[in-house]
Amino acid sequence: MPMLELVEGKLIRVDTTPCEEISLVVWRGGAQPEAGVSALVLPNDAPAEDVGHEVNAFAAVVLEFPTFKDGRAYSQARILRERFGYGGKIRARGEILRDQIAFMVRCGFDAFEMETSKSGFYNQALLDFSHVYQPAADAALPVWRQRAQRAVAAE
Amino acid sequence: MYRYDEFDAAIVYDRVKQFRGQVERRLSGELSEDEFKPLRLMNGLYLQLHAYMLRVAIPYGTLSSKQLRKLAHIARKYDKGYAHFTTRQNVQYNWPALVDVPDILDGLSTVEMHAIQTSGNCIRNVTSDQYAGATAEEIEDPRPWCEIIRQWSTLHPEFSFLPRKFKIAVTASDHDRAAVRVHDIGLRLHKSLTGEVGFEVIVGGGLGRTPIIGPTIREFLPKKHLLSYLEAILRVYNLYGRRDNKYKARIKILVNAEGVDRFREQVEQEWALIKGSDLDLPVCEIDRIRVYFSPPVFERLPHESASLKESIQSDDGFARWVRVNTAAHKQPGYAIVNISLKPIGGVPGDATDAQMEAAADLAERYSFDEIRVTHEQNLCLPHVKKDNLFAVWTTLKQHDLATANIGLVSDIIACPGLDYCTLANTRSIPIAQRISERFADFDVQENLGEIKVKISGCINACGHHHVGHIGILGVDKKGEEFYQVTLGGSAAEDACLGDIVGRGLSSGEVVDAVERLVDFYRGERNDGERFLDAYRRLGPGPFKEALYANA
Ligand code: SF4
Repeated sequence: MPMLELVEGKLIRVDTTPCEEISLVVWRGGAQPEAGVSALVLPNDAPAEDVGHEVNAFAAVVLEFPTFKDGRAYSQARILRERFGYGGKIRARGEILRDQIAFMVRCGFDAFEMETSKSGFYNQALLDFSHVYQPAADAALPVWRQRAQRAVAAE
Repeated sequence: MYRYDEFDAAIVYDRVKQFRGQVERRLSGELSEDEFKPLRLMNGLYLQLHAYMLRVAIPYGTLSSKQLRKLAHIARKYDKGYAHFTTRQNVQYNWPALVDVPDILDGLSTVEMHAIQTSGNCIRNVTSDQYAGATAEEIEDPRPWCEIIRQWSTLHPEFSFLPRKFKIAVTASDHDRAAVRVHDIGLRLHKSLTGEVGFEVIVGGGLGRTPIIGPTIREFLPKKHLLSYLEAILRVYNLYGRRDNKYKARIKILVNAEGVDRFREQVEQEWALIKGSDLDLPVCEIDRIRVYFSPPVFERLPHESASLKESIQSDDGFARWVRVNTAAHKQPGYAIVNISLKPIGGVPGDATDAQMEAAADLAERYSFDEIRVTHEQNLCLPHVKKDNLFAVWTTLKQHDLATANIGLVSDIIACPGLDYCTLANTRSIPIAQRISERFADFDVQENLGEIKVKISGCINACGHHHVGHIGILGVDKKGEEFYQVTLGGSAAEDACLGDIVGRGLSSGEVVDAVERLVDFYRGERNDGERFLDAYRRLGPGPFKEALYANA
C-alpha cells in the first residue's frame, strides 16, 4: 500500500513500508517486536491500555478505520501518544477522507495508507484551519492559550 | 452576548472556505453525491424529500437583532420567504439551492453565525434555558458555560466521528426549560451544601425509539473541571458506544448496557487520568467569556408599572397576552416576553422574513438587542420594560406574532413530518394545525391551563412526543396514516415518559380523541390542577376510556 507520511508538517510520499506487522493476537501470544522494524496492528475495538507502555517497543502502530465513520482510532491514537508517550509512527489504515486528515494529525497520526497521487490535495487539507479550540496530541496551541499570551504581551 | 474575536472569526471563515471548495468539487462532478454526502452533512446540509435543507446553529438559542435580520434576509433571498425554528433552538431553511449555500454561509459568517456541526455524528449545538440571564430562578447565567462547551466541541479532532450524534443541554434553574434529562448530556448548575456552585451531570437521556430519562452520574462537579469531565465521557462513548446498529448507537444505550455505576466508574477512571492535563480552561479565559454575558444596564424601576396596569384594564386582549405570554424578570420593572410562533392553524415554528425583522426591531428597541429561541419553537425577548409591553404587543399583533398561547394546548411542538422529512411515516403539521383550530377559543385554552401537546411523524421522535402531556406519534399502518397517543409525559424538572394507552387512531379520529381527553380532564380536575397532575392522580385508565369513548 502506498503511504503518505507527515514530515515537518507536510505529507510526503514514501514507497516502502519498512515494518513487519504483528497482530495484537500474535503479540499477546508472545511474539517479540524487533527494534526499529515491527509494527503493531491494533484493532479498533481493543483498548490501547491493553498494550500500555509496551507499545514503545514497536517502530509503528497501525490503527484502523473500517469506514470513515468509525472514529474509535482517533481516541486510541491520542491515548497512545498522550498517556503512554508513544513516539513511533501511528499509521492510519482504511477509509480516510480528505477532510479527516487534519483531525487525524491532531490526534497523533503521522502516516496514512492512501492514494498518494493526490498528496498536494491532502496537504492543502492540513492548512484548512488556522486555529484550534482544544488541546490534542499535537503541538497546536488552543486559542485560549493564544488569547492569554496576547493578553500578557499587551500588559 | 458573546462576540467573536479574530480567532473565532478565523475558524468560521476557514470552514466556509473549505465548504465552498467542497461544493465546487461537487458541482463540477469531481465529487459524487456519495462522496459529497459526509462533507455536506458536517455542514448542516441535508437532502430532504423535495430539496436540500440547511440547518443553521443558534448557539444556546441566543440571537442579536443583527443576526435575526440576517436570518430574515436569507429567508427572503435564498428561500421561500420563511424559516423554521427547531426544538434544538436552531433554524432551518427548507429550499436553498446547493449553489447558493456557500454564499449563505458567507453571509452568516458576517454576523458570527455558521452551520458547523448541525448534523453528523458529532457534538451538536449546545442548548440552554431561553430565560438565561433574565430569570430570578437561576443560580447563575448558564450561557458562559454553553459558550465554553461550544468552543471546546467545535471541530474537536477526536469526537467528530462518534457512534452517533451528541446533544448537550445546560440549565441553571430548578424549573427546567432546557429538558436536560432527555439529552445525551444534561448539565444542571446548582449549589452544593457548602454553597459552592457546580454541575449535576446527567448522562444518557434521550427520546427516539428508546426513550430514556437520563440518570445522574455525578451529583456535583466543580465548574472548573467541566471540560475535562466532558472529554472523559465523550472518550468512553467514542471507544465503547455501539457502532453496529444505528438505532443502538446513542450513549443512552451504552449507559444502559453497562449500568450507571459501571459507566460512571469508566468515566471517573478516564477522568482521573486526564484531569490534570491542559483541558480545563484557566480562570482568566472563563472570566473573559463570562464578561460577554454581563447583565445589560437595567434601569432602576418600581416593581409595578402604572401604564401597564392601565393598558391591562382597557384592553382584554392585551391583558390576556400579558397573563399568558410574559414571565417574571429578575429585575424590578422588567418582564420576559414570549413570542408565540404558533398562530392558530399555523405551522409550528415557522416565521416569515417580515416577522423575523419585526422581532429583530423590537429586540433592538426594547430588549437590549437580544432575542432567544426556545426549544418549544417560539421566540423570546428576554428583557422588556413593563412600561413598554403595550407597545411591544401592538407591534407583535400587527405581524401575527401576539398569539396568547404559550404553554397552552395550541402551543404545540411538531416535527416537520411527511411534509418535508424523508424518514416520516405520517404528517405532523396538519395534525398540529387541526388541534390548534379545534381549541382556537382563547378563553377555553386559558381555562384549560398548561397542556403540552407534542407530535412526531415517526418513531425518531423529533417532535418529543414521549415527553408531551399529550404525545402523538405517527405510525404507518398498511400505507395509511395512524396516530398513537401517549399520555403523562414531561420534559421539565419532573421529567418522565408518557404511557402508550392503546391502539392508533386514524387521522380523522385523532383530533376528536384529543378533545375528549381534554374534556374529561376539565370535568375531573381539582382547583388549579394541571392536566398532567390530574393524569398522575387518576392514572391512565379513565383517560384511556375517554380517548376511545366514541371509537
Ligand atoms: S420524528 Fe420522524 S418524521 Fe418527524 S422529523 Fe423526525 S425523523 Fe422526520
